[in-house]
Amino acid sequence: MIQLQVNGESRAIEATKLAQALLELGYHEAHVTTALNGVFVAAGQRAAQRLCEGDALEILAPMQGG
Amino acid sequence: MQVYDIELGSRLWLGSARYPSPAILSEAVRGADCDVVTVSLRRENARAGAGQAFWSLIRDLGVRVLPNTAGCHSVNEAVTTAQMARELFGTRWIKLEVLGEGELLQPDVFGLVEAARILCDDGFDVFPYTTADLGVADRLLEAGCRVLMPWGAPIGSGRGLSDPFALRALRARFPDVPLVVDAGLGLPSHAAAAMELGFDAVLANTAVALASDPVRMARAFADAVRAGHAAHAAGPMPVRDFAEPSTPVIGQAWR
Repeated sequence: MIQLQVNGESRAIEATKLAQALLELGYHEAHVTTALNGVFVAAGQRAAQRLCEGDALEILAPMQGG
Repeated sequence: MQVYDIELGSRLWLGSARYPSPAILSEAVRGADCDVVTVSLRRENARAGAGQAFWSLIRDLGVRVLPNTAGCHSVNEAVTTAQMARELFGTRWIKLEVLGEGELLQPDVFGLVEAARILCDDGFDVFPYTTADLGVADRLLEAGCRVLMPWGAPIGSGRGLSDPFALRALRARFPDVPLVVDAGLGLPSHAAAAMELGFDAVLANTAVALASDPVRMARAFADAVRAGHAAHAAGPMPVRDFAEPSTPVIGQAWR
């Protein structure tokens, strides 16, 4: 298990790659976009993107805005 | 009007935030014949899925979405948010906000220019939320922006056009650049005033969303924008300091 900050909350997960982590966290078919430690990770890069202890993962979705 | 080679039918653009319900947002957008709607992106809870429902609603509207970088206070935040928005919404359009500190939510124009340059170089169509400062406008255009979105007043304030002279000067200085007043409008008359100055469009959000009847207010804004645009095209009379009789004085009795 590794400990991540997921959208600002501490979460322990088994996955070591970003694509697996999204499934483990429940974002199965969700239309989301991701950034790791402040850097955008495109959907096509998630399968190869390795996760490390303490990484900060942002998972964002469409939202109302002005 | 055209922005980034895209022909738009509506000169009223609407924000999608703060409406009483998703249904009222939809009705307001449709009622105003609006074809550009601003959106944003926020943290998504896997269980709640609020963003998924909103995305479905926006797609059903069939409008062109203009994602923003609202809330970003640094160049890095804004650039990363823009990259995420491009993937999420499938558009190169980005309403670039890099905000200064403080209660006015004013643009940090130095960070704005830097972020605009990075994003334009990366293939984005950047819509910068800026001040009416002419020097900043020059820098944004040099960076590759092909539209400018100066504020009318602080975001959500409803104060209308705080500095009409500066907006008029911006219009005069850049006659061929699409200019869209973004932020601070509170009433349809504010929108009409912006259009009478020759602006190409206005973006309204809070003024519509927080009205007692947002759908009716959206239509009122649309009417005002059409009236203001027509008035500018018609060529307003010159303003005078003193009276000038409108009734002919020749033939006046007892003179």
